Amino acid sequence: MPDLLIELFSEEIPARMQAKAAADLQRLITDGLVEAGLTYASAGAFSTPRRLALSVEGLTAESPNTREERKGPKVGAPDKAIEGFCRGAGVTVDQLEKRDVGKGEVYFAVIEKTGRPAADIIAEVLEAAVRNFPWPKSMRWGTGALKWVRPLHSIVCILSDEAGAQVVPMSVDGIEAGDTTRGHRFMGPDTFAVSSFEDYEAKLKRAKVILRADERADMIWSEASNQAFAAGLELVEDKGLLAEVAGLVEWPVVLMGTIADDFLSLPPEVLTASMKEHQKFFSVRDKTGQVVRFVTVANRETKDQGATILAGNQKVLFARLSDAKFFWENDLRIAKTGGTEWLDALTNVTFHNKLGTVAELVDRMANLSAQIAPLVGADATEAEAAARFAKADLSSEMIYEFPDLQGLMGRYYAKEAGLSDAIAAAAQEHYSPLGPSDDVPTEPVSIAVALAEKLDKLSGFWAIDEKPTGSKDPFALRRAALGVIRLVLENGLSLKLGTFIQDDSLLSFFHDRLKVYLRDEGISHDVIDASLAMPGNDDLLLLVKRTKALAAFLKTDDGENLIQGFKRANNILSQAEEKDGVEYSFGADLKFAETDEEKALFAALDAADAKIAPAMTAEDFAGAMSAMADLRGPIDAFFDAVQINADSEVLRRNRLNLLHRIRTICLSVADLRKIDG
Amino acid sequence: MSDTPRSFQEIILRLQSYWAAKGCAIMQPYDMEVGAGTFHPATTLRSLGNVPWSAAYVQPSRRPTDGRYGENPNRLQHYYQYQVLIKPSPPDLQDLYLGSLKAIGIDMEMHDIRFVEDDWESPTLGAWGLGWEVWCDGMEVSQFTYFQQVGGHDCHPVSGELTYGLERLAMYVLGVDHVMDMPYNDPDAPIALTYGDVFLQNEQEYSRFNFDIADTDILLKHFEDAEKECAAILAHEHVDPKTGHKIVMAQPAYDQAIKASHLFNLLDARGVISVTERQAYIGRVRTLSKLCADAFVQTAAGGAA
Repeated sequence: MPDLLIELFSEEIPARMQAKAAADLQRLITDGLVEAGLTYASAGAFSTPRRLALSVEGLTAESPNTREERKGPKVGAPDKAIEGFCRGAGVTVDQLEKRDVGKGEVYFAVIEKTGRPAADIIAEVLEAAVRNFPWPKSMRWGTGALKWVRPLHSIVCILSDEAGAQVVPMSVDGIEAGDTTRGHRFMGPDTFAVSSFEDYEAKLKRAKVILRADERADMIWSEASNQAFAAGLELVEDKGLLAEVAGLVEWPVVLMGTIADDFLSLPPEVLTASMKEHQKFFSVRDKTGQVVRFVTVANRETKDQGATILAGNQKVLFARLSDAKFFWENDLRIAKTGGTEWLDALTNVTFHNKLGTVAELVDRMANLSAQIAPLVGADATEAEAAARFAKADLSSEMIYEFPDLQGLMGRYYAKEAGLSDAIAAAAQEHYSPLGPSDDVPTEPVSIAVALAEKLDKLSGFWAIDEKPTGSKDPFALRRAALGVIRLVLENGLSLKLGTFIQDDSLLSFFHDRLKVYLRDEGISHDVIDASLAMPGNDDLLLLVKRTKALAAFLKTDDGENLIQGFKRANNILSQAEEKDGVEYSFGADLKFAETDEEKALFAALDAADAKIAPAMTAEDFAGAMSAMADLRGPIDAFFDAVQINADSEVLRRNRLNLLHRIRTICLSVADLRKIDG
Repeated sequence: MSDTPRSFQEIILRLQSYWAAKGCAIMQPYDMEVGAGTFHPATTLRSLGNVPWSAAYVQPSRRPTDGRYGENPNRLQHYYQYQVLIKPSPPDLQDLYLGSLKAIGIDMEMHDIRFVEDDWESPTLGAWGLGWEVWCDGMEVSQFTYFQQVGGHDCHPVSGELTYGLERLAMYVLGVDHVMDMPYNDPDAPIALTYGDVFLQNEQEYSRFNFDIADTDILLKHFEDAEKECAAILAHEHVDPKTGHKIVMAQPAYDQAIKASHLFNLLDARGVISVTERQAYIGRVRTLSKLCADAFVQTAAGGAA
């Protein structure tokens, strides 16, 4: 069983593309091999900045012989049909066999394929993989037509077993596969031959290349943590940055440097953003959370243990942080004057070309925040002021430079402007929650502005007909709706959405998002539908209370049986109403009740009525459900003892009217007709 | 020549001799105001069509919005780029490039050189390419691009383009913190000059002019004139009635496109172009660039038979 080693050696592959490219290489090659009839025991793919590699172990040496018979058209069928059949089967007409299948002669194609050596198959599969590789962006170079992420220089493709290694003969656009590769660009530039995957990985290591990205990441993380720990400091975790940096080096060398005192007055978030975005540095903080050092990862060892490299990096950082400090100080000066200059500048910033400028957005948000404020326990004037300042930082130099810091900088600037803590918090928190796991604001002013921001956004985009479709949601409207839902539910807010949104389809959009939200909590869609059909469904808190009570009720034995009883009553009644063309809502009369069971049901319905109506008024859904549960016994007994379609028309009508009372009482709690099963 | 250069001009001279030795035609700056070395016809036009090309040159570049009255340590409204364009891109272009860093005194054994993803796009030239920004110890010292499209035309073959920001690179090599303090000629020369001696006053004058003085009505009119002229030049018959030869006036038209581009930059610095208008102006310049590219590929240098 031979093993296969492939390496595609190129100029530097963007870090963000490496992991997926390695996985794609493995998929394309192993799928191709299997499709051609080979099998293998295991496979693994690897990437460095300059290479993708694949190791396939325990590959079959050749594909098996195969024989397939295909039944075709009848003899004498139109030529077109016969030709089409031949094309599909890959044979010529004279190769077809005629066989009698009992209903006349039929053409048969016998397709025999001789097994092929693995090398032939690999050559084809690899060439196809290289030519059709799914890079997010690819390019041509020189005079060639081949596309790769950056110029492709060499290919290793060898099959090895106990007897030794052999190059699989193949080439793509003039690049011949061989068994040689190179090490580190600077520390191991010479070519060398490899004879197996183990040999390849070991020789690479000697030539200062760590093949495995996770190994490089581990080296970086542990060395950086150790250096920070030794200095009594802590490395700030950043998994995305770690993966990226591991994709920028073949031989990681971790260097820790200091941040000049001049910059320690900058907010730690600004330091971290500046170091990460521009320089791909990790932040190192002290026990108070202040970022005081940085970690950079070089791609080589030097005689001076990285001193020159570190000095250079420190110098670049100094220039970067000088810029950041310059922005910060300018911004603070404007913030101190109240930020009017920023607010004025928002009149020149387009929010959306059909929805006006950001300044107009701010006006709408301010009005809406004031309107929402009393409903969420916030002061209307303060909420309005918070909304007015919420977008001010978008005009600041810092946000121009680091857009990801929006909101956070607003909080700093609001404090500098002498605004209240609640307003400062709202400047940051009104964007929240951004995702399903993001924290929901709990401060009333933040809640008011966060709701205003999202409701305005949804109403606006609904009005210009930019609703999400399928997987397309460029304005993140689903996220905004979920944000409103979480703000309302997690803060226990009674809020009628109908006051703020006019469009029915927007309300059903909220209901759809709510279904997704509740489904994640294990509540099935029919239960939600049963609650949605009730009035007041624009009050999400009420809706969810009702739904949860109903879901809990349905899980009980009484609940399950009551549903059956209700459905039976409802079905008989509906059929009778359809047949007779009347609605039996005249009220049943106790005086026509014959049996004890019938009389008991009258009594039970009276008792339930007396409990359910006040419970519903008090939004005590559990109480209403439990009162409804008391009906289960009387309803079951009634159906067992009483014939609805009595001979006497008076009795029949009275009983139908009694069923109508069951329906009315049950439907006053939730639309039980929507419940499945 | 010692291993470490001593002045700004020595770095330029070393780059010139290095690329001359590698076979590039050493060209002189284009005699017009441009925003970057890429605008030189030796890059923009010559990257089109299938005729081989290899050139290197210094290009003074102007970015009016970057003016800081000479006070910022490394921001200038007028600065120099060193530009190399080789078509087709040779297989060892990365090594050739690293050789040029060695030539200006960067010791590969002591420094950390990295190729970090950076896709290049010029909306005004209708051009894009893939490549990297090259980092030396965390500092961007060059742009390295394989042109894929220029003026809306796919590049066949592909050109390799190298752009060095000369001031920043030189400051790093010379260990200078403020551009104006950088030795321009040899610090031991009888009359030693710093970059500031040569350019500080220019930066002040142009910063004031660019931001506050340039007459926007005149600029707008010039922009429209250049736009009209470009189209008018290209509308002429390809056969010259006087000589009877086929003469497509791609480069004279392209001069007008360059002018329009610079005028747009000035208008931008004057702050009279709104966000929405900005896109429209860029689109107008791109239209001109594309017209010129269409014309150039009909010339001999552009590969037309």
